[in-house]
Amino acid sequence: MNDRLLDFAIRYGFLILLIGLIVYFSLAAPGFFGPLSAAFVLQSVAITGILALGVTCTLVVGGFDLSIGAVATSALMLSAYSMVILEHPAPVAVALCLAMGALVGFINGLLIVKFRVPDLLATLGMMFLLIGLQRIPTQGNSIATGMMLPDGSVAEGTFSAAFLWLGRHRFDVVIDRLLPMPVVIFVAIAVLIWLFLGFTRHGRLMYAIGSNARAAALVGTPVNRYKIAAYMISGVTASIGGILLAARLGRGDIASGNNLLLDSVAAALIGFAVLGVARPNAFGTAIGALFVGILLQGMTMMNAPYYTQDFVKGAVLVAALVFTFYLSSRRTGTGH
Amino acid sequence: MAGDALKVNGLQKSFGKNHVLRQIDLTLSPGSVTVLMGANGAGKSTLVKVICGHHRADGGTMTLAGSAFEPTDAADAIRKGVVTVHQSIDDGVIPDLDVANNLMLDSLVDRGHGLFVRERHMRAEAAKVAAAMGIDVNLRARVSDLAVADRQMIAIARAMARAPKVLILDEPTSSLSATEADRLFALIDRLRDQGVAILYISHRMSDIRRIADRIVVMRDGAISGVFDTDPLDYEAAVTAMLGHRMTDVDVAVQNGTKPVLELQDLQLFANAAPINLAAHDGEVVALVGLLGSGKSRLAEILFGIARAAQGQIRINGKDYAPRSVEDAVAQGVFMSPKDRGTNAVIPAFDIADNMTLPFLQGLSVGSFLKARRQRSKAQEMIDQLGIVCQSVGDGINTLSGGNQQKVMIARWLLEPAKVLLLDEPFQGVDIGARRDIGRHIRATAPGRATLVFLAEIDEALELADRIIVMNEGAIVGEHANQNIDLAALVADISGAKPIATGTAT
Repeated sequence: MNDRLLDFAIRYGFLILLIGLIVYFSLAAPGFFGPLSAAFVLQSVAITGILALGVTCTLVVGGFDLSIGAVATSALMLSAYSMVILEHPAPVAVALCLAMGALVGFINGLLIVKFRVPDLLATLGMMFLLIGLQRIPTQGNSIATGMMLPDGSVAEGTFSAAFLWLGRHRFDVVIDRLLPMPVVIFVAIAVLIWLFLGFTRHGRLMYAIGSNARAAALVGTPVNRYKIAAYMISGVTASIGGILLAARLGRGDIASGNNLLLDSVAAALIGFAVLGVARPNAFGTAIGALFVGILLQGMTMMNAPYYTQDFVKGAVLVAALVFTFYLSSRRTGTGH
Repeated sequence: MAGDALKVNGLQKSFGKNHVLRQIDLTLSPGSVTVLMGANGAGKSTLVKVICGHHRADGGTMTLAGSAFEPTDAADAIRKGVVTVHQSIDDGVIPDLDVANNLMLDSLVDRGHGLFVRERHMRAEAAKVAAAMGIDVNLRARVSDLAVADRQMIAIARAMARAPKVLILDEPTSSLSATEADRLFALIDRLRDQGVAILYISHRMSDIRRIADRIVVMRDGAISGVFDTDPLDYEAAVTAMLGHRMTDVDVAVQNGTKPVLELQDLQLFANAAPINLAAHDGEVVALVGLLGSGKSRLAEILFGIARAAQGQIRINGKDYAPRSVEDAVAQGVFMSPKDRGTNAVIPAFDIADNMTLPFLQGLSVGSFLKARRQRSKAQEMIDQLGIVCQSVGDGINTLSGGNQQKVMIARWLLEPAKVLLLDEPFQGVDIGARRDIGRHIRATAPGRATLVFLAEIDEALELADRIIVMNEGAIVGEHANQNIDLAALVADISGAKPIATGTAT
């Protein structure tokens, strides 16, 4: 009986806690329960959620990608540079960013697979490199229409309407202009990655690599190719996050996106605890991101000061990790 | 007896509804080796874990040298004088430190030890310990660079530095070759003379014959037999373990039909003698030899992990030179590797996913897996091999060693192979599971050539149609498994005969 209770707690504890939170905030904070508030929460987690889904793929193969935040801000700067200074149309800017994300992922993968650099260190190095690189073309300045260029001329390009649409368009659901475009993209990517990791043979092999890479190699899995692919997925999703951020802000803001890395890694790690699977999974990651978003929204509506936010996120993460590693190990540790 | 080192009385342990140990009584005397036998799942490992402090007992008492013994954790058990060397050697050593540091590690943990490491003093002490144990390796070598046997010796030496009253060895020879095992036995003899009570857990009859003073047999969580008459009745011990008599397996020798796998002047490494060998359809060929004889190298070459220095391989008359494991599998050459824990088991997966891993492509539409088909395939193999489990969805680590190994073998029987390579398929497997696996391999042999790489002669005799002996990368002997001349076979293995150019057909 005790065992079954523990099992139930591990599996559904986090989801029950999430529902409990929603009920509590709905009662305590007027206006929390409603479509506008929901859309706001989703909007606030969409971009970190997209990054978190990418990092989930690298966690699945037993790796880690610390460069996602930097990839996202690089994509932000690159799209702005491409449109404002090089005066490219929106599709070109988007394509450039996606290609950049894929390339960074590929290089990360090569560093790890071919040059045997440990994943944390390789992606940490890449993070530094990108943070530095994105500042060089503009000499450390943000990019906006009408800015002064180094040669004295004025930047003529603008963020095209089509590009801004990606970040700002709102679909009519229940209320007019409710659901933001980034949320739709977040949900779409979440579904795609969920299907990919959970239901395709490629996903299954990636989990096998994460669990025992040697055994996976000895059944004929091209381990290196899958690892590189995982980092490329992570790079591409991070660049999508950066594009959406740029489209929302409408300028290449050098200072934005500081929190992206930590928030998205936290979401992915909290995801371990959802459903008690104790391993990276797309559903858990999405719920993890949502959990943090709901908690912060509810607290904000109850007038908690903004500077408590990081503390709350940290506390949730630590609780989720204890949940994952302590409780789940107690459950599986009862073999002989 | 008053001088008992360890006395266990009415020990009980359950995990949930599962009663793993029921009323275990066990006595270990100083200066004697007690062998603990039992099929996988009989409760040996759990008993060891209770004695060495990993698990708490649910009932019963233990006394160590006359006083109550209730270890709170593993460190406490060690402090009180019960030291265990576990099956996975790397639990017993720190791979990144050198030999001297490993040998002296426990003294570093000591609270009496000063803040700074006295390097020279420590190395001198380490040298003393090594000499006392007969360990002859460079004390500055990193442990991760040493051979398995040396690592094992170091793990034991470390344990002995504690001067324990009771030493528990859990399948210490499972990854050792015969000569290496001999060194281990010599060490055990020495420890016995020093008055240590030794509990030795093993499946290997040859080990047991060599060192047992007394045999205790477990079955279904209880002691099913204690044998201490001189001479020991091994037959009865095996019977007590299995619950039925051990009958010698009779192999109906098949010569096979057409040759499937042909090796022509194959050199395993530069300057090795060339190998010529043909394995036929329906035939099970055992390759035996000591560690370092080239068996593993040959398996790796055939499976696309390593490259041969020279020579040709042909399968069904066509040249075969796999570039990778992927390539080998695609061409119908499958291998079940040795050391399933590191090389085969995916611990996060259930039985179905573990078993079907190499053949997911055939079990999916486009990229999407057909979960039901995967499960039904796995269920078929479970039934055929008699894998004991609740369902195909059981986590692989909930299974006993023998059943895990059955899953690993079943993995490669899902699809028809042209050449099936089995590297140490009976490693850490009890006799019951070993018979099941052997029977199934023989039953499915027609349609492919089967090569089995083994260190134990008994296992080869039980399974193979033909036994090929390897030594130093060459074939040194060939024996059909019929009225076999055991003395000649052993002489081949130990390298008594000079190496001739292999000409087995």
